[in-house]
Amino acid sequence: MWANFDHLLIGGREPDMKPALRIQGIYKAFGKNRALDGITFEVALGETVALLGPSGCGKSTLLAVIAGLEAPDSGAVHWAGEDIAATPTHQRGFGLMFQDYALFPHKNVFENVAFGLRMHTLDQGSIQARVNEVLTLVGLPEFGSRDVNNLSGGEQQRVALARSLAPKPRLLMLDEPLGSLDRALRQRLLEDLRAILKDAQQTALYVTHDQEEAYALADRIVVMDAGRAAQIGTPQQIYRQPASLFVARFLGLDNLLPGTVRTVEGKRVVETAIGQFPVPEDAEGGVTVLLRPEAMHLGGGGSSTINGRVVARTFRGSSIRLRVEVNTQLLDLELPSYMAIPSPGEAVQLSFEPQDALQILQ
Amino acid sequence: MKFAQSWRVAALWALPLVFLALFYFYPLGSILAVGFGRAQAGELAAIFTALVSPGIRSVLWFTLWQAALSTLLTLLVGLPGAYLLARFEFRGKALLRTLTGVPFVMPTLVVAAAFNALLGPRGWLNLALMAIFDLAAPPVQFINTLGAILVAHVFYNTTIVLRMVGDFWSRLDPRLGQAARTLGATRWQAASQVTLPLLLPAIAAAALLVFIFDFTSFGVILVLGGPRFSTLEVEIYYQAVSLFNLPMAAVLSMLQLACTLALTAIYTHLVSRLSRPLTLRPQAYTQKQIITRWQRIFTGATLIFLLGFFTLPLLGLAARSFSRLEPERRQRSHVETGVTLDFYKELVENPRASLFYAPPARAITTSLGYAGITALLALGLGLPASLALSQRDGSVYSRLLDPLIMLPLGTSAVTLGLGFIVALDQPPLDLRASPLLIPLAHTLVAFPFVVRSLTPALQSIQPRLRQAAAVLGAAPAQIRRYIDLPLVGRALIVAATFAFTISLGEFGASALIARPEYPTIPLVIYRLLSQPGALNYGQALALSTILMVVTASGMLAIERLRIANVGEF
Repeated sequence: MWANFDHLLIGGREPDMKPALRIQGIYKAFGKNRALDGITFEVALGETVALLGPSGCGKSTLLAVIAGLEAPDSGAVHWAGEDIAATPTHQRGFGLMFQDYALFPHKNVFENVAFGLRMHTLDQGSIQARVNEVLTLVGLPEFGSRDVNNLSGGEQQRVALARSLAPKPRLLMLDEPLGSLDRALRQRLLEDLRAILKDAQQTALYVTHDQEEAYALADRIVVMDAGRAAQIGTPQQIYRQPASLFVARFLGLDNLLPGTVRTVEGKRVVETAIGQFPVPEDAEGGVTVLLRPEAMHLGGGGSSTINGRVVARTFRGSSIRLRVEVNTQLLDLELPSYMAIPSPGEAVQLSFEPQDALQILQ
Repeated sequence: MKFAQSWRVAALWALPLVFLALFYFYPLGSILAVGFGRAQAGELAAIFTALVSPGIRSVLWFTLWQAALSTLLTLLVGLPGAYLLARFEFRGKALLRTLTGVPFVMPTLVVAAAFNALLGPRGWLNLALMAIFDLAAPPVQFINTLGAILVAHVFYNTTIVLRMVGDFWSRLDPRLGQAARTLGATRWQAASQVTLPLLLPAIAAAALLVFIFDFTSFGVILVLGGPRFSTLEVEIYYQAVSLFNLPMAAVLSMLQLACTLALTAIYTHLVSRLSRPLTLRPQAYTQKQIITRWQRIFTGATLIFLLGFFTLPLLGLAARSFSRLEPERRQRSHVETGVTLDFYKELVENPRASLFYAPPARAITTSLGYAGITALLALGLGLPASLALSQRDGSVYSRLLDPLIMLPLGTSAVTLGLGFIVALDQPPLDLRASPLLIPLAHTLVAFPFVVRSLTPALQSIQPRLRQAAAVLGAAPAQIRRYIDLPLVGRALIVAATFAFTISLGEFGASALIARPEYPTIPLVIYRLLSQPGALNYGQALALSTILMVVTASGMLAIERLRIANVGEF
């Protein structure tokens, strides 16, 4: 499916990359609850793919299936073209970094990191060397003899990363690895993580519910909804062209208006509660119009102009979010916070360029 | 403020400590005095000789190895069940948990009677085999064998393994094992290097507790083992009651006490290690549905075995108490087999209209009376002790006194009874004729259970709950009414029920100190079981069934009232 978007690639994936992991129509139900509902996608060698979705969309179940911890009801997991259904977890060579890390509480940092190497029966010298190497890589040299129960959240996260990297997994899966950390720490670890994954050219699958993490880390994103891939593409594609209402809403794009496409004076326009706007030729019938909050401005000057009244404003640091009522329809705008912002109750004029701000969701 | 607080804690401790001093330490001291007091009279040498005599040595040896073997078998039976309860979701799980808990609270005499009803010479199995193969004598010899002792011990203590290991296991994060698997560990490596080491403290603690119970086992050995088998506990009883050799009984008691206290100390240490900083997970998270064929087979087999093992003897007991299957002595060869209430009717009758014969039913009123007094005493003493233990500022007292409270738990019932005999039959405390003697002994046995179930409930009322209520506008009186009381009230009922059922079923101490004219239910069952005749047998089973129903109801009440996961037992 994502192959259709190849011509739109904005950096990221090289065209000649070999597919390493292929997820082929996986179904998995727990009782009546369908956790995975036919999800399909690929991960290329050395690529980082983010699985982005709300909690309960089946992300963690998918990781368990790929790791071989859960058997799918149907569908297949391929590695380098081979179905690995019969390969038990410990022989798949996939690393999994768990949410909340699952560090072994009865082993110290060194032994936690060394565990996977011991399972591969390396000699003591190589184990020692590799453990020191990965501990240094994650910025925790000299931590080997520490008790894992007395580490801070960030340190635990790094130990868990070191542990899953140590055996050099063919595929590294990370399940919300930054979930429980505070914002500043998350930002720093995110950058470190990206550097580590890129330097090692590690093929990785990164599960998160946080779009910013996905944007920052991933070459491509698979947006998951109810056990299916709702959209697959680069971060830019996903944000610029959400493929469905679900994706748009999940990404926080809430200016969604029902509209009808018709031809007026030989031109295609969409009719909505807030006015008529030109649209591309291929749109037709009943659609949903997405208005980007960052592409609208206060005052006139754009090729489309609408009038409304400010309902609320929210200060968000670098930006201010303004909620404006236009003909009973609520619209959100995102404005730089250095600007003079009208107060609730004031009448305002909004303008935008339809080709930048407007998108049609069929 | 701090000073006043510590005086309050001290005041709370006063009553429980006086009680323990009078009815635990004083009797134990008297045992010591009797044991060593005779030394001046030159008898110590004789006792010492007796202690190293082959007879006593073999008793000691038997006590140890039967306990070790029973513990091993209990683990073998319990661990698969613990795994099942810990890791899988299935219908009837709560029921299974409750059912497997029933044997643990059954009085030993009920368990003995139950196995007798199932496998004894007059039990279902033998009667069935005799009827089918037309045999004159019961073919299966179960009673008075080592097998009977082992089976009864496993029956009794499996629930300890199920609960202690199962509960711990059910909160152990399954991702730890999964993490090992993704790091290249085989199933076996993940189990042996991650799951098992993490479970080990729980398994060791459970095994040790089982061992302590098997080590001090009394009723099971006496009734099911018969005269051929004697543990330390049984030997103390024989020496005191049959041979009137109090000094010997006292020395053996001290030996017993030393062993159990050492074991209990190790156990306490292990339990404290259980609180290793593991990230324990809610059970909903760690459990999965049964999907694969292997899981179905495992679940089915384990369930059938556990349910059969835990319910058959008890059901067999109840059924047998309503069945006439053999000729009574007065009847001739022909017997009308069928359902009968005769055994129950017989309980209230005095067939020879003898003035000296107390119908067995009188034991029911006696026992209920004792149990009521015990519940009151145990609550009256346990509540102040628990209040003191749950005080945050009383930590100095708690550290010192908490183990003290547990001492009676580590002391065998027969030893407690013996202490009462040697200490409380002479001034200053002559309670020989007092109807309080038995409730006092039972209170001693029940006291640790009461404290252990009350304290966590009291501690669970975090200051935050009270603060939350206050912020929401509750006055102090309303906080007590709507927060404290509902939380503690249930715990109080649970504790009282514990004390009540413990008293009803208590056998070891009662066997030594009960007055013959006022026997308790277990004593009458014992007496009836050791007498010949189908009628005595039937009455023993009828009385056991009544005791079983009362105890099981108490247990079920506790299960229902218990606030989730609060309380140790």
